[in-house]
Amino acid sequence: MPVAPSTELPPAKAASTTAVLLQLRRWARPALPRIALGGLTALGASLLALAVPQVLRVIVNGPLLTEGSTQAVVLGALVVLALGVLEAFLVWCRRALILTPGTAVERDMRTDLFRHLLDLPVEFHDRWPGGQLLSRIMSDLSTIRRWTVFGLVMLLVSATTVLVGVALMIWTSPVLGTVYLVGAVPMIWLGFRFREGYKAVARRARDQTGDLATTVEESVHGIRVLKAFGRGQDALDDFARQADALRTTEVHKARTLSRVSFALGAVPEAVLAVSLAIGVTLTANDQLSVGALVAFFATAAVVNNPVERLGMLLAMTLDARAATDRYMQVMTTRSSVRDPAEPAKLPAAGAAGSVVELAGVGFAHPGGSSAAVLDGVDLRLEPGETLALVGLTGSGKTTLLQLVPRLHDVTAGSVRIDGVDVRDLTRDDLRRAVSVAFEDPILFSASVRDNVLLGADVTGPAADALLQEALAVARAEFVHGLPDGLGTIIGEEGLSLSGGQRQRIALARAIAVRPRVLVLDDPLSALDVTTEAEVTGRLRTMLRGTTTLVVAHRPSTVALADRVAVLEDGRITGVGRHADLLTSHPHYRYVLTALSEHEEVRS
Amino acid sequence: MTDDESRDDAPSRTESRRLRRRSLTLLASLLAPVSGAAWWTAALVVGSQVAAVAGPALVAYGIDHGLPALQDGDRGPLLLAAGAYLVAALLGGVLVAATVRASARVSQTMLLDLRRRVFRHTQRLSLEFHESYTSGRIISRQTSDVEALRELLDGGVTTLATGILAMVLTAVSLVLLDWRSGLVLLVAVVPGVLLTRWFQVRSQRQYRKNRSAAARLIVRFVETMTGIRAVQAFRRQRAVEQVYGELSETYRGSTAEAIRLNGVFDTGLVLIGNVTVAAVLLVGGLRVLDGGLEVGLLAASVLYARRFFSPLAQIGMFYNSFQSATAALEKLAALLAEEPTVPEPVRPVRLTAPRGDVRFDAVEFGYGTGPTVLRGLDLHIPAGQSVALVGETGAGKSTVAKLLARFYDVRAGSVRLDGLDLRTIDPTDLRRAVVMVTQEAYLFSGSVGANIALGRPGAAQDEIEAAARAVGAHDLIVAMPDGYDTEVDKRGVRLSAGQRQLVSFARAFLADPALLILDEATSSLDVPGEALVQDGLATLLDDRTSVVIAHRLSTVMGADRVLVVDGGRIVEDGTPLELVDAGGRFADLYDDWQRSLQRST
Repeated sequence: MPVAPSTELPPAKAASTTAVLLQLRRWARPALPRIALGGLTALGASLLALAVPQVLRVIVNGPLLTEGSTQAVVLGALVVLALGVLEAFLVWCRRALILTPGTAVERDMRTDLFRHLLDLPVEFHDRWPGGQLLSRIMSDLSTIRRWTVFGLVMLLVSATTVLVGVALMIWTSPVLGTVYLVGAVPMIWLGFRFREGYKAVARRARDQTGDLATTVEESVHGIRVLKAFGRGQDALDDFARQADALRTTEVHKARTLSRVSFALGAVPEAVLAVSLAIGVTLTANDQLSVGALVAFFATAAVVNNPVERLGMLLAMTLDARAATDRYMQVMTTRSSVRDPAEPAKLPAAGAAGSVVELAGVGFAHPGGSSAAVLDGVDLRLEPGETLALVGLTGSGKTTLLQLVPRLHDVTAGSVRIDGVDVRDLTRDDLRRAVSVAFEDPILFSASVRDNVLLGADVTGPAADALLQEALAVARAEFVHGLPDGLGTIIGEEGLSLSGGQRQRIALARAIAVRPRVLVLDDPLSALDVTTEAEVTGRLRTMLRGTTTLVVAHRPSTVALADRVAVLEDGRITGVGRHADLLTSHPHYRYVLTALSEHEEVRS
Repeated sequence: MTDDESRDDAPSRTESRRLRRRSLTLLASLLAPVSGAAWWTAALVVGSQVAAVAGPALVAYGIDHGLPALQDGDRGPLLLAAGAYLVAALLGGVLVAATVRASARVSQTMLLDLRRRVFRHTQRLSLEFHESYTSGRIISRQTSDVEALRELLDGGVTTLATGILAMVLTAVSLVLLDWRSGLVLLVAVVPGVLLTRWFQVRSQRQYRKNRSAAARLIVRFVETMTGIRAVQAFRRQRAVEQVYGELSETYRGSTAEAIRLNGVFDTGLVLIGNVTVAAVLLVGGLRVLDGGLEVGLLAASVLYARRFFSPLAQIGMFYNSFQSATAALEKLAALLAEEPTVPEPVRPVRLTAPRGDVRFDAVEFGYGTGPTVLRGLDLHIPAGQSVALVGETGAGKSTVAKLLARFYDVRAGSVRLDGLDLRTIDPTDLRRAVVMVTQEAYLFSGSVGANIALGRPGAAQDEIEAAARAVGAHDLIVAMPDGYDTEVDKRGVRLSAGQRQLVSFARAFLADPALLILDEATSSLDVPGEALVQDGLATLLDDRTSVVIAHRLSTVMGADRVLVVDGGRIVEDGTPLELVDAGGRFADLYDDWQRSLQRST
């Protein structure tokens, strides 16, 4: 049953929202001048909007109430018109200035995260559900983009508009302005309380969105299992339960937001009601001009809008904070498999091939309470030798194999190629020297040609020759019969192939790298006997001079090897020739022949 | 690929209208169950806007009537105006808060409904669809596209309703206050409408492109992360990164273009609004000079004119998310409109006590619109028989297995279980009767125990353990840190392929079907593991029908009957020993196998 994936995420550090969002500087830096300029134009636009009531005051107090000059009224209207056009122009400038940098910041953050994810080791990807990564690179980043393009600028502009507006109101009428200012106190207090409550629930909503994406991803990737067992309804029930939990969180979030919406909506208007009573009284006592009274309310009308908007902008900022937290959580995860500061170079390979040496190798899953998978493994592969690794399911063969190209790092001891510790090489150099064929053949949505030449560094006619040779050795000639031959798109977005076909392409791909060291994880398991025998024969010829480590489950695969090593409970308990081990090593005999004995009993 | 999906060039006019209509129908059907709550939300919006719009009118009343009255010593009108304003302010705040809550409830309920619908529908769609549509795209529909709709519902609708209502109420108030100023305002509406129309057409096109770009980004991301081992092992990071970078740039470009359009729209609205304010001031000011208008009324008129256009910026923002959401809805509606090629029976027949008698009657089959793979296949497997299918890759073995599990439906002829056409059997009964274990043993996040229990939800712990014991997985599971409660990581990677196959066998064992299909399900097991599974299956399969596809002859030799398949036809049929004696293809395979065994011992 697809159980709700519980993401055990470390608790968010109690950093301030400002500190969290300041981390975005790293990506926003190239865009900062334009963002700042955009902020200035935005400020200019909102100040112009504030100037209109002042013009109104002059007109009311001057031409309308005292002079009665038509010319002055027309002039005043023209000034308002000019200010209005200028405001529109500045709005346009702001848009144009911020647009490109805003979207560019999102793109840079996206590609940076992608690059970082590519760099993080397999261990990280094993641990992190796919949906959590997907929701970070899509929905979290678009939240951040909306905030940088719109939220940040609007927040600053609104805040400045309010400040300048309140200053103008105080200047227009100190008494009324002070009344308005006093009204701000409860709003600020509520705003702070709101922030605390909203922050946690915003983060929870995002994490739940990520979990939901994980469930979606699993339900799609595991569709065959769900169909085979008719578990669609159960999967739906689980999904619905998770989606309902998300809904509850979102509704809870809205309830938190509604409290601040009430405050920001009611308080400023209520203050204006009080101001009306006081202001008119002041005017009646000739302590305030009618023009100033009108200007005060006109300014208040301009100021109240951004005040109401503040709630929304604050929520947006806190959402962006949660998104930034989630983004940085992955970005600050240091890769446990890194390139050395001063990488070594592999010496030129000897004529006979490379030496691979495992000395005192131990491996345990990080943070896992489980026992070590490998413990004190010593193994030496002579130049050009093919060594088979045999052991029961779960004995650590695959793990051992993956230590050579550093898909995992040893936790004790070392792996050396021609005397150089693999950790002293760049991963790029190392993986050019070591090629892998995985147990699950992973093909990409690309042509057969591109899939096979995935790790090859050659181009042109040499590449074609390499391609043909690799396909021939892996007995993957069937590809010529595909609809578009070598150009046929395979993988998820292309033609589906059978397990045996995929395995042969994956094998061809490993061979095409022309590596010094080849590691093969049970590479022939999905092939039928006849094909397996043919591939084995061709591989043996081809592998001369290539040091090869091959995981074998069956005698037929062992036939590839010069020598065999037996892996038992995380240790090597025997190395030797197949025939010798068969007589001298009881565990080896059990692993490779249990079925044969069984068969004899039956027939 | 499905018709509406992969395209991002502009669809024709009628096509575009059809897409839009279908997406709006979807939206309406989502809205229908919550219509009561939606109307309530609308009423709240009306209330809060009435409260808000009362403000300037009360200010005007306070200045024009309260001030002279006060100068005459009468505080009444002023206190009335201020008191009413206070009530309106508090009421407005309460209503705004209630709107936020109510609209969240409505929109979240709609989203839950949509998520469930899309999830259920993708589960119902056949494998054929999944294989052509690709997992990345389905994931993109269910995440990024639903997200786009969420943005719209999350305040977008309230913004629109609030905005439009505010504009209407403001206009009405202005007309009531001073119809001449109102007239100026109405003239300004004309360019506003024209601008909106322009924006609508342009941005609709842009957002369609945007959704496709987002989907491509997701498809690439999912594929890369799923195959991260190969990407790293073959040093593809730079190449993959470059492709992803280009896709990101395309997505950025289309997002930027959409925002740019919105910017033009926004600027245009501000301009129209400001020009109108100047016009109202000019017309009103001249009339004040004539004595045709009170100063307070002029102030109110200017305030209203400004207020009239201020929601437009927000409406522009809403329009943005509306266009984005409609583009997403189009994609979702297209997905929901996909008919399962393996439809559920209209009148399902119950099959409560399946025996496992299988019959292929003149079966014709091909994938999608592709060439015919099986041509006139006749086959009878009596209940309780174990059959092994043997043949080259591409011979049609897996096709036979998939038809039996009804992953696909035949083009002609029929596949029958206990005499019933598979297409008529109640799906629940069919899945209980027939279980297929494939080579790819997928594990879901959760515990090992839960993964086994997928075979029969609600199974007791001892039943789960019995199933694990039967396939020899028990000792292995008990040795894990938390035993049966051990969480398997994403895609169960920490379990080896062999261990995963054992778990998936235990799953099948627990399901206890009348017909068990094994498609290369033992390929990653080691020899002792396979022996244990064989023993377990021997007990399980004793009185069941089984169809086994295996290239390991060790598995095949234990079957009651072997069928050699070639080119979609059965070319040899008999017991394993009969076929070995007969000296055909199977006998050749057998010889190869014997040789390989001798070589290794």
